[in-house]
Amino acid sequence: MNALAPVLASVSGTDFIQNLVSGLALGSKYALIALGFVVVFRATGVINFANGAFVLVGAYMTYQFFQTWEINFYLSILLAMAFGFLLGVVLEALVLRRLVGEAPFTVIMVTIGLLFVMDNVVTAVWGATNLDLGDPWTGNVVEVGGVRMSHRDLWAMAFTATVLAAFLAFFRFSSMGLAMRATAADPEAALAQGISARAVYRVAWGIAGLVAALAGLTFATGNANIQPTLGLIALAAFPAMILGGMDSPLGAVIGGIIIGLVQQMTELYAFEYLEWAGRNPQTVAPYVVMIIILLVRPYGLFGTPEVRRV
Amino acid sequence: MTALGVSNVEVVYNEVVLVLRGVSLTVPEGQIVALLGANGAGKTTLLRAITGLLDVHHGRVTKGSVSLSGADITRADPAKRVKAGLAQVMEGRRIFAELTVDENLRTGAMSRRNREAFDDNRARVLEMFPLLAGRLRSTAGYLSGGEQQMLAIGRALMASPDVLLLDEPSLGLAPRIVDQIRDIIVQVNESGTSVLLVEQNANMALQAAHHGYVLEHGRIVKDGPGQDLLADKDIREFYLGMGESGRRSFRDVKTYRRRKSWGS
Ligand SMILES: Nc1ncnc2c1ncn2[C@@H]1O[C@H](COP(=O)(O)OP(=O)(O)OP(=O)(O)O)[C@@H](O)[C@H]1O
Ligand SMILES: [Mg+2]
Repeated sequence: MNALAPVLASVSGTDFIQNLVSGLALGSKYALIALGFVVVFRATGVINFANGAFVLVGAYMTYQFFQTWEINFYLSILLAMAFGFLLGVVLEALVLRRLVGEAPFTVIMVTIGLLFVMDNVVTAVWGATNLDLGDPWTGNVVEVGGVRMSHRDLWAMAFTATVLAAFLAFFRFSSMGLAMRATAADPEAALAQGISARAVYRVAWGIAGLVAALAGLTFATGNANIQPTLGLIALAAFPAMILGGMDSPLGAVIGGIIIGLVQQMTELYAFEYLEWAGRNPQTVAPYVVMIIILLVRPYGLFGTPEVRRV
Repeated sequence: MTALGVSNVEVVYNEVVLVLRGVSLTVPEGQIVALLGANGAGKTTLLRAITGLLDVHHGRVTKGSVSLSGADITRADPAKRVKAGLAQVMEGRRIFAELTVDENLRTGAMSRRNREAFDDNRARVLEMFPLLAGRLRSTAGYLSGGEQQMLAIGRALMASPDVLLLDEPSLGLAPRIVDQIRDIIVQVNESGTSVLLVEQNANMALQAAHHGYVLEHGRIVKDGPGQDLLADKDIREFYLGMGESGRRSFRDVKTYRRRKSWGS
């Protein structure tokens, strides 16, 4: 308690709450990316590093529809998401399909390869300079009790809440959602029930592409925020997914929010109290939190330990 | 009419290990056929050849054919075979432990798109297994071994199959439960489903079966009507641990096992 007192005294209360809100918004963007990781992992048992490229392509495609082709902004978002879905499905059919039955390690390496290839394609098509999305949200804020909340942040949080609700309903009530859970639990037994593993993988990749596109858009809003390094942001969402427990949508969201908050707060206090930690402690902080949580809970906060009757 | 036909099937794992050496058997429509065999005889392998799950194990049918109601399914993918009317209860039950009982049942009906048939099937299965009806929302992994086996059978029946395959459903269960499962198999068969029952518990299987086959080292070495096999001296010695002189000691049976080969 004593150690914290000067910290709290040094920043004003509103400052603190302001940062809390910003952290929450940043966290919900990470959560969207983590949800994309979760859906593929849950269905196929593979960590999809290409998710970063989906995020990147999503941002650029929104730009393409909105700026280049001058389509309505909200329609552009939907179109970018549809494009993300197609991209996921096509990659699954062209590349991942051939790897069914290979060791997970091989498949993971291939997804890393895909990340770099798509990165290069994006640079080739749209160039390496930063672009303005020119979205209608940037610059607009609402103020509640002295705390300023930007429209972009509010939208990001609304997206995350919607996607989470959709995921939970999908896994719980839909046939395809059930097929995914069965396939994840025991692929051979799922096949034996006549569940098509192909369809399951295809849809999982499609959904990952769709959600990642939405995530990419939330990072792309603002000035000069569309840039080839967007793909790397997905890596920061990686600890969020591990933290939440790899296969849990709710865990992904809570993990994302924790990471966002940790990053924002580290940044806020780093100047004064973490000088010894180097110049960018906020980029390292998520990983530190991830390691600590995994030491205490190896399945993450919400992961499923294997159900076994003893 | 032949519900399921296996003709001269050869199976190789990893392109080198020959496990089935030309197996033929027939499940006539409306009958229960038992397949007996010791550990490693190739029983599960034969079921995989029938259901299309060999791929998963890097195995392949190198010769022969499998037919379902007259249609060749030797190369069809597993989902197609289920759609065509084949369902199985896998060795070791293989229920989805993390899912609820009800969700497990739903996965069994995944190949059927008809809502009405789904409700009817579910009602029929729950009537057959009242224990499951009371535990629909429980996590399946916490059911007892016997309940899990019932769930595995119920799940397979959700597909309303023409042919049901069961791989050692009595394994690891108490005698009372084994009898119960035998009765259920008979009941399922009486309502029109043809059954291929793989067992090491020859007594249980032959009580229920119209016809039986004995598989050894990847070959069928004997077959005949269930009652005949049940009375057969060799079968009694080998699988039931009973000689003419009554019950033999376990040790005797084991030495017998080592010496005896059906083929030669
Ligand atoms: N995936 C595999 N790769 C290589 N060999 C295998 C594989 N699966 C099974 N075998 C071999 O094939 C033979 C038959 O195995 P199978 O599982 O079909 O026997 P089984 O009759 O079902 O035995 P059990 O009663 O123990 O279940 C065994 O010698 C086994 O070692
Ligand atoms: Mg077996």
